[in-house]
Amino acid sequence: MMEMVETAIEPGPLREQLLDATAGACATFEGWIRNHNDGRDVLRLEYEAYAPLAIREGERVIREAMAKYPVLNARCVHRSGLLEIGECAVWVGVSAAHRDAAFLACRYIIDEVKVRLPIWKKEHYAGGDSGWVNCERCGAHAAGRAARA
Amino acid sequence: MSKRLTVRYFAMFREHAGLDEESVTLDADTAADVFAGLRHRHGSAEPAGHCKVAINDELVDWDAAVHDGDTVLLFPPVAGG
Repeated sequence: MMEMVETAIEPGPLREQLLDATAGACATFEGWIRNHNDGRDVLRLEYEAYAPLAIREGERVIREAMAKYPVLNARCVHRSGLLEIGECAVWVGVSAAHRDAAFLACRYIIDEVKVRLPIWKKEHYAGGDSGWVNCERCGAHAAGRAARA
Repeated sequence: MSKRLTVRYFAMFREHAGLDEESVTLDADTAADVFAGLRHRHGSAEPAGHCKVAINDELVDWDAAVHDGDTVLLFPPVAGG
């Protein structure tokens, strides 16, 4: 199950939703807001998402993970809005009979979620400026094209 | 052929265009034509570089056909997690 939320992610209750008497393993991943990126001091992050498609694509990713690996349950929750340093931006949890499948499925889900869901983040820097992660190059590229035209 | 479309911009594209959504009339057969025709709005040079597109809330390839009345969602490179 994929969820998009605008309030703090609480890992405790999420973990409980994976409990299963046949499970011998639970692998979880938390993505946190860190205070630096690419050599710059980051003050906070702003996440924008297009929730209807993020949820649908996230569900697809989870179904793929459950088809690829013998797991019992898998969930992913992603935040949107303004997040402070140390807050949890994304949580993935997988339960399985054995640890190999739990680790692999958890890794698969977070890797795919990062590159497929319509979610964007803007870093706010100590210098007062800000920038969209992964986006600045397309702007520079466009400017370069315009300059050459 | 000329199509009447609703276009929605996200993240960097929204900031560049200065709005979330607009109605446009464009000579466009595919999603890639829409992207190229609205370059001055979203500010990105080309759909390559990991931009994505959806038509009527379905993620599609850039060669997907657009039809009169469609809503086209233009997504800059994503960065979840």
